[in-house]
Amino acid sequence: MLKIEGLFKQFGGFVAIDDVSFELLEGEKHAIIGPNGAGKTTFFNLVTGHLLPDRGSVAFQGEDITGRPPHRIVKLGLARSFQRINIYPRMSVFENVQVALIARERQEFRFFRLAAGLCGPETNGLLELVGLDEEADELAGELAYGKQKQLELAIALAENPRVLLLDEPTAGMSPSETEEAIRLIREIADARGLTLLFTEHDMTVVFGIADRITVLHHGEIIASGAPEAVRSDPVVRQVYLGEEEAANGAA
Amino acid sequence: MTGRMTRPVLAACLTVLVLLALVPLLESNYLIDLFNEIMIYALFALSLNVIIGYSGNVSFGHAAYFAIGGYTMAILLTTYEWSLLPAFAAAVAFSFACSAVVAYFCTRLTDIYFAMLTLAFSMLVWGVAFKWRSMTGGDDGFVGVDVPAFIAERVPFYYFSLVVIATAVAVLWVICHSAFGRALLAVRENPVRAGFVGINTRLMRWWAFVVAGTFAGIAGSLFAMVHRGMYTESAFWPESATVLIMTLLGGMYSFFGPAIGAASLFLLERLTNEYTEYWPLVLGTILLAILMFLPEGLAGLAQAVRRQILRGR
Ligand SMILES: Nc1ncnc2c1ncn2[C@@H]1O[C@H](COP(=O)(O)OP(=O)(O)OP(=O)(O)O)[C@@H](O)[C@H]1O
Ligand SMILES: [Mg+2]
Repeated sequence: MLKIEGLFKQFGGFVAIDDVSFELLEGEKHAIIGPNGAGKTTFFNLVTGHLLPDRGSVAFQGEDITGRPPHRIVKLGLARSFQRINIYPRMSVFENVQVALIARERQEFRFFRLAAGLCGPETNGLLELVGLDEEADELAGELAYGKQKQLELAIALAENPRVLLLDEPTAGMSPSETEEAIRLIREIADARGLTLLFTEHDMTVVFGIADRITVLHHGEIIASGAPEAVRSDPVVRQVYLGEEEAANGAA
Repeated sequence: MTGRMTRPVLAACLTVLVLLALVPLLESNYLIDLFNEIMIYALFALSLNVIIGYSGNVSFGHAAYFAIGGYTMAILLTTYEWSLLPAFAAAVAFSFACSAVVAYFCTRLTDIYFAMLTLAFSMLVWGVAFKWRSMTGGDDGFVGVDVPAFIAERVPFYYFSLVVIATAVAVLWVICHSAFGRALLAVRENPVRAGFVGINTRLMRWWAFVVAGTFAGIAGSLFAMVHRGMYTESAFWPESATVLIMTLLGGMYSFFGPAIGAASLFLLERLTNEYTEYWPLVLGTILLAILMFLPEGLAGLAQAVRRQILRGR
């Protein structure tokens, strides 16, 4: 689905993504994990066209998409959500999702087609799916954090992608919200046959969803494979899970 | 701003329309001219708000397109003796074309750089109007526009103006509340996210600029006819500032806000000038008050009051 070769990106002198090659297989649920600053978000930004790589290439379904702007990549069926809330705060929850549908249906240059009610049923369906149907008329900026995170997901789903990139979809959620979100993401991915690529710090989320895990450290891939194999990989234990356990032990 | 045409809004619009249609009954030349000019500036401010309120960029040079529409109309009607319809169509088309070219450059930039470039282009337009004396009359202005006979009288012209402006505002309303308008709001709210749902944000901003410039051109061409002339002041930067202040005063987050702002500022200027010479001082104070206390303008204030009353019940 997604084939990345020799991807390299530096900020100033700092190498954020160091020669990463990676393949995302159709239908899999793939987690990218790694400590803070490992380069996970940067990796997403490079794949989705938000940042230009210094070297390397990104191919989506066999098509080279390196250097294309996000709005063109999205139209191919590659959508993403954001680690930090990225919605339209002064628009209603309904409109937040509706705009994505307007764009998907290529209606954004229809000057004389009134927006009220446009794509209404599908918008409401998506809001119901993520549990925001009661908040449809509220301003998105006034939602609670966890709900904004759900809205973020609904917007990404509205693009009807084949591949969905989720950057820490449960970050900042309460444990019960997280549990609900995991269930939801798994359910949607299965129902729609989505290929999923996500980053996450919370290991219950990672092991709850992923069927393959790649570990990123200092911008390099240090391990990749089935969850159990990665969990028992000594290098990974040392640089990543080890830190996590040490942190948990100290807490 | 994002909703449909609600019944109270529609009722208010119709009321205003009827009241405006009744103005000539007052049989005051002063009032007829005053309201004609207010309507023109209302359209001018509403057009600017497509850039400001809807696309989320600030233009410091919107007077350029008003002037382009006005000069084109004046020159075609008078120098080339075109009849009304072709002259009007050409004025609108030329405003469209000029804003299309300028928008191509401006929308490469954002924020203050965008604003400065709009200012630069408007100075260019002003420079042409100022220097091209043989065509525009230079700083003496283009005096003596030939207005077609059937609207040459004050009252018929007033009704002509009312019909054109009401139609233009209605079309603008539809554009702002269309699928395009909604996507444009998303671009204003969060350009990065808008890009990631598949919206070409630069092309959206380009269209917003062109729509704004075109409707400013319509306002300008009426201005040239009501004044029987066109002057370089209309292209100069303080004119751009005035319409910007009108928009902010009325409220950029409301479709009709800028029209309210235009009417308020215009009336206030007339009143102030009757009694004092301190209009710039008053203007400065108004601007200060908006920025400090009324970030969403009069329309925002009205909404806040309405919410308070509803809550009180
Ligand atoms: N635009 C930028 N300019 C300069 N440095 C950047 C930029 N974006 C990211 N970085 C740096 O690149 C490194 C990787 O950041 P990135 O956000 O990709 O990490 P991450 O793995 O997503 O971390 P986290 O788990 O905290 O989200 C960090 O050291 C960060 O400071
Ligand atoms: Mg990150």
